[in-house]
Amino acid sequence: MADVRIRGLHKRFGGFHAVRGIDLDIADGDFTVLVGPSGCGKSTLLRTIAGLEDISEGEIFIGDEIVNDMRPRDRDVAMVFQDYALYPHMTVEKNIGFGLRARKMARSEIDDRVNRASAMLGIAQLYGRFPRQLSGGQRQRVAIGRAIVREPRIFLFDEPLSNLDAQLRDEMRWEIKRLHREISTTMIYVTHDQIEAMTLADRIVLMREGRIEQVGTPAELFERPISRFVAGFLGSPKMSFLPGRVVGSEGVAAIAIDGAAFPLPLPTAHAARVSTAGARVLLGLRPEHIVRAQGASPGEGMIRLDARVELLQPTGSRTFATFRIGSASALAELQAHDVSNPGETIQLDANLNRASLFDAETELALLS
Amino acid sequence: MSQKAIAGPAGTPPKRRRRRRRPGIGRFVFLGAFLIFVLGPLYWMFITSIKPSDDYLAVPPVWFPSHPTLVHYIAALFAYRGLQGIANSLIVSISATALSAFVGTLMAYSFARFETGGKHLSFWVLSQRFLPPIAIVLPVFLIYRTVGLHDTRFGLVIAYTVFTLPVTVWMMFAYFKGVPRSMEDAALVDGCTRWEAFWRVAVPLAAPGIIAAAVFAFIACWTEFFFALVLTSRNAFTLPTVFRAFLGFQGAQYGEASALAVVSLAPSIALGVLAQRHLVRGLTLGAVRG
Repeated sequence: MADVRIRGLHKRFGGFHAVRGIDLDIADGDFTVLVGPSGCGKSTLLRTIAGLEDISEGEIFIGDEIVNDMRPRDRDVAMVFQDYALYPHMTVEKNIGFGLRARKMARSEIDDRVNRASAMLGIAQLYGRFPRQLSGGQRQRVAIGRAIVREPRIFLFDEPLSNLDAQLRDEMRWEIKRLHREISTTMIYVTHDQIEAMTLADRIVLMREGRIEQVGTPAELFERPISRFVAGFLGSPKMSFLPGRVVGSEGVAAIAIDGAAFPLPLPTAHAARVSTAGARVLLGLRPEHIVRAQGASPGEGMIRLDARVELLQPTGSRTFATFRIGSASALAELQAHDVSNPGETIQLDANLNRASLFDAETELALLS
Repeated sequence: MSQKAIAGPAGTPPKRRRRRRRPGIGRFVFLGAFLIFVLGPLYWMFITSIKPSDDYLAVPPVWFPSHPTLVHYIAALFAYRGLQGIANSLIVSISATALSAFVGTLMAYSFARFETGGKHLSFWVLSQRFLPPIAIVLPVFLIYRTVGLHDTRFGLVIAYTVFTLPVTVWMMFAYFKGVPRSMEDAALVDGCTRWEAFWRVAVPLAAPGIIAAAVFAFIACWTEFFFALVLTSRNAFTLPTVFRAFLGFQGAQYGEASALAVVSLAPSIALGVLAQRHLVRGLTLGAVRG
């Protein structure tokens, strides 16, 4: 087991600057998920840690060693690939033991480790089969088995579940989580799927255009996003953003949305930052923070909105309603019986205590 | 047929009986004509090789010789030195094929994985085949005579290796491009050196391509006439050049020519049959993707 430290890492492919100055500490035994949209540099960052890409600038430490110029085989990391990368000309048993044979380990030790890893993943019965004879889930298990058997210092996962169907993806997600709990080795996992990131990670590293946008626990990123990008990326369905203006000043901030002013429940420390009257802001509300209005007046920290429902997405017990306020549309997660027809105008209460507020120009959080 | 017989189980639509199409007579006529077109010359060649000389041009033609003979085989192989031609051809073709496959595989891997020489070097290699052989054979002849490679099997092996390399490289290039890079990456992380990843992972996956390229190279060497004619004389001559001897001012030795042609076909057919199995294997297809 080992920690990973990255300092000032840059990676350029010719004129394309894929990774732009990454500084990151990954603690020993942590499950860290690198997440971000396609092309944000997360896979490149993972491959530089594996040694599969040379770095253009910076330093990577695994444990106490600088591994910049170390070959992949000497870094003592194991990697699971998106397309499994099983060797098609070898049986499952040979695939799992390949890394140990490449390191010239004793036969008895190889057998022992392969058997243990296979038992852990329930794939011992597949030993004699070739990869082409396996289902997607089985292939992924074999690929993970090939990594476990090495007992490396660090596990690297490069979008390992993206080729699986939804149900298998769920199963394998829990399998990986269980595995981490059992072996407690440092794991770095790349995905573009925010649900995978939220469910698996001890810490999430959200990347954008080659840079780190925010690092933190899933709860921190979800509850206190530092930018509109982070807020919009995490959460399903996504956060809605209502454009407004700050009215009032000196700590009595209120936000005007569609002509009506609503007081903002601001912690004092944040008040000054949003007290410039007239400043354009974005109010970020997650669907679960908007409910059907109850009672004569909204509760403490709630605002009441008249909303015309445009679209309904029933999911059984809950219904997602897309509604319009002025020029913006937003999404509310309602009880199934709260609304029945698109086109209805209903009253909704939005909980500003849980809302995020962003500067409309910089899109950075003013209050989160 | 009763309605009950064609109705399906309750709640399911009745099954439709699939009508089997009768193959039309035209299909048989076409296939028959095609078989005659393909196999007719081979049959005629074989029959000619075992006919007595008087039957070659007999009218009406002799389809089944009444007294088959092996005399033409003996003459072609020994009197005309066909056997030595076969031995030379086998040694030269196998050596050049092995060299071409080995060097070609390394070159193609290098082009496919590391883009060696940028975008243009790989195409430049192929462009060497654009040169008509006549344009280079005389300079090569002069060089060979000067350095002592003329009429040596080694000289011919070098010439054939260079001659077959561009096509080998291009065939292998396409194969290596098709092998997912992630497998070699996995091998590197698993503990292989770059060479081991190439040898233990990329080469086995590209094996069908290597075999196909080698078959093409072998056939090209085995049937090559022009370079062999110019670059060899009494010692290193190959099988195709032996056929010259059967055509003279006095007439043609049809029996001997046919006998040697029958013998010379054997390796090509054997290779074709062997390689076909590998060519259709498609080792990586469907084997690695979900």
